[in-house]
Amino acid sequence: MVVSHKNPVLSAISLVLTLFSTAVLFVLLHAHFIAAIQILIYAGAIMVLFLFTVMFLNIREKEFRFDSINIQKRMTFLFIFLVAVGLLSSRLFSSSPVVFSKLKDPENFGTVAEVGRSLLSDYLLAFELASVLVVVAMVGVVIIAKGRES
Amino acid sequence: MEITVTHYVVLACVLFSTGVYGVITRKNILVVLMCLELMLNSCNLLFVVFSRLYEGATGHVFVLMSVTVAAAEVAIGLAFVVSIYRQKQSLDIDLLKLLRG
Repeated sequence: MVVSHKNPVLSAISLVLTLFSTAVLFVLLHAHFIAAIQILIYAGAIMVLFLFTVMFLNIREKEFRFDSINIQKRMTFLFIFLVAVGLLSSRLFSSSPVVFSKLKDPENFGTVAEVGRSLLSDYLLAFELASVLVVVAMVGVVIIAKGRES
Repeated sequence: MEITVTHYVVLACVLFSTGVYGVITRKNILVVLMCLELMLNSCNLLFVVFSRLYEGATGHVFVLMSVTVAAAEVAIGLAFVVSIYRQKQSLDIDLLKLLRG
């Protein structure tokens, strides 16, 4: 759905649907904090940014034409993906699968406290570097989007 | 039917393949960025699955980092999109041949 729609708005909305479904899977995996982050940042902030850009640019109708890639290329990629998925799944199905409902429920797995403790003790450097990255990205976006009319 | 780790891995593979397919075949640069998001999201799903499997918070920390990087990347990418659209009046990635590639 994300790939096949001609209209970027519709594919953005399909992407929101996919991200919500992934958030539901995160909840099923006891990763509640990650699910909340997923909905807030991905489905909230990033998709609003996408839709804002789509509507800000006000793309004309001729931009929505279907992309002309020849059918041969498409079939090739489809074939490659089918082979890759088939290989991977056959390899995995042959080993003994782990059933998630039989795993024991840990006490505080995936809670904000657990993730936060890990983030601020073992991965403090990565945490700080992420903040630096966000600042750099923000400054870069402002400079790029401002243009050079000054 | 019990849900095993295999189902999650196959789902992540399908999501990632869809993303790669979109990045390769689409020409609208916005849709290409969205497919990048799809690929990142499938990797996040795998991180969370194996973090649950081995019961550590490390996978969650990785997912947080990846979400941060994805947000920064989308912001910069969309700024580039706006800048490109100002220059070319189009979002077709085939028009981007400034480097004569």
